[in-house]
Amino acid sequence: MSVLEVSDIGISFGGVKAIDGVGFAVEPGEIFSIIGPNGAGKTTLFNVISGMYTASHGRVLLAGEDVTGLPPDVLAARGLSRTFQNLQIFHRMTAAENVMVGRHLQENCSLLADLLRLPSVNRQNRATRAAALALLDQVGLRDCADIPAGALSYGASKRLEIARALAAEPRVLLLDEPAAGCNSVETEDIDRLIGRVADRGIAVVLVEHDMKLVMKISHRILVLEQGRMLVEGSPQQVRDNPLVLEAYLGHHGAREAARA
Amino acid sequence: MMTRLNRRSVILLALATMMALLPLVFPSSYYFRVASLVWVSALAAIGLNILMGKAGQVSLGHAGFFGIGAYAVAIGPAHLGVNALAAVGIGALLSGLLAFLVGRPILRLKGHYLAIATLGLGVLIAMVITTESRWTGGPDGMPVAKLVLFGWRVSGSDTWYWITAGLLLIGTWIALNLDDTPTGRAFRALHDSETAARVAGVAVNRFKLQAFVIAAVYASVAGSALAMMNGFVNPDQAGFLHSVELVTMVVLGGLGSIVGSIVGAAVLVVLPQVLTVFQEYEHFMLGLLIIVSMIFMRDGMVPMLARLITRGRR
Repeated sequence: MSVLEVSDIGISFGGVKAIDGVGFAVEPGEIFSIIGPNGAGKTTLFNVISGMYTASHGRVLLAGEDVTGLPPDVLAARGLSRTFQNLQIFHRMTAAENVMVGRHLQENCSLLADLLRLPSVNRQNRATRAAALALLDQVGLRDCADIPAGALSYGASKRLEIARALAAEPRVLLLDEPAAGCNSVETEDIDRLIGRVADRGIAVVLVEHDMKLVMKISHRILVLEQGRMLVEGSPQQVRDNPLVLEAYLGHHGAREAARA
Repeated sequence: MMTRLNRRSVILLALATMMALLPLVFPSSYYFRVASLVWVSALAAIGLNILMGKAGQVSLGHAGFFGIGAYAVAIGPAHLGVNALAAVGIGALLSGLLAFLVGRPILRLKGHYLAIATLGLGVLIAMVITTESRWTGGPDGMPVAKLVLFGWRVSGSDTWYWITAGLLLIGTWIALNLDDTPTGRAFRALHDSETAARVAGVAVNRFKLQAFVIAAVYASVAGSALAMMNGFVNPDQAGFLHSVELVTMVVLGGLGSIVGSIVGAAVLVVLPQVLTVFQEYEHFMLGLLIIVSMIFMRDGMVPMLARLITRGRR
């Protein structure tokens, strides 16, 4: 059964249809990429799926349950995590604390126990920190655990976001341009990381502009253009599709490319 | 982890030692009174700092809760025959309940809008206190019965010095406890990015409400202590100017720094006493000092000093 199923999603902003009739399904352990020119509606689609925007129509199913219109924190509890294109880290907290916040749903959180700092709180804290450090290790940030997240480099912050999202033990992970602004070494790290995540049975939905990365790691690719689905298929099918070239380069550009 | 624990104990120990030693250098009971005022103000400021510095939500009406606590210990024993100590609890309960009920709708607002809404709440509470003169004595205020603990009539500024010092120690302990817990982390996370906190599963509205209620209870208890210490209450304690004073203590000492709130309270309580030598320029000097320190110490006094010290050590 598909762990994430999106059907006939549509959303308009002031009469402009940002997304129209988009639907797809992702299996556990699959890497599903969404590509398209700037303004195609990729991030908007992410925002609808993760509950930041409310769609005008369409449905989102998470592990078979209808979760359309649920707020992000409830979706997180149901097993959906995401990262952001524009970094959303807790910059005044340390890297370890950032990931510890990601464990929020795995923790018992009782105001009274926290105010009085009962022994159980300290015990849980140690466990949460250990889990956070293990995740930081996975993304190669173990050494940065105790420095403020605001002092991390761009690439490191991107990986910190992934670690925080993984901390919630999601079933579905939405990654919004994880390799943007990263150099080739960092991109390779992220490439390997995404592969490992998918191997654990987590469904990864990826929005990314780095075509080399997308073509290399995706099992399936969906191409959006102006809010509509253009093509869906394997990397090979997408690469060979003349419509995709045209969407990226325009009619004239596609002819030039075909001749080249 | 260990260092955190130590830091917490070190702060509490230093504070307790200072509280114990200060009376040795106090030449008169007037000093006990000023110090008690600092402890009480610091207690209210620490609560507000949990809301503003940790959870990142502003409140410009916080003196309203201070006023509720103050009038609870005035009205309770005088009109309702309630024991004074029980009245402190009732005041805290009422403040918490009011914060809970009003906080639900207004904490959805952000930034300036939240500031105006909380300001409105504070003004409203002050107005009710001023106009319900049958209960509150109106603009003139009303006397507060002396606190009687197990047959012992609590009075004298040195006695109140120890009581308020004890309250501040407890308040500081609780505030420091919160820092490194799921709740404390949720506060700081939603301060930095509400969006990211939500996606991480933090029920943002619930935690904002918790911070607001905690801050209200702190202010209420501080208000009760001051009213009993003074033996008198008046509506100014719930007024807008007092709210601004509380915010100034928090910002001047350092948003998010618990020690900062104590320092901020000390500055705002002690400076006017010292500045009386400048007679009519007193308020001018106080205003100027606040402006200058905000320009040169934007993060507040304690975080700034802490940075200077760590830099010097490297």
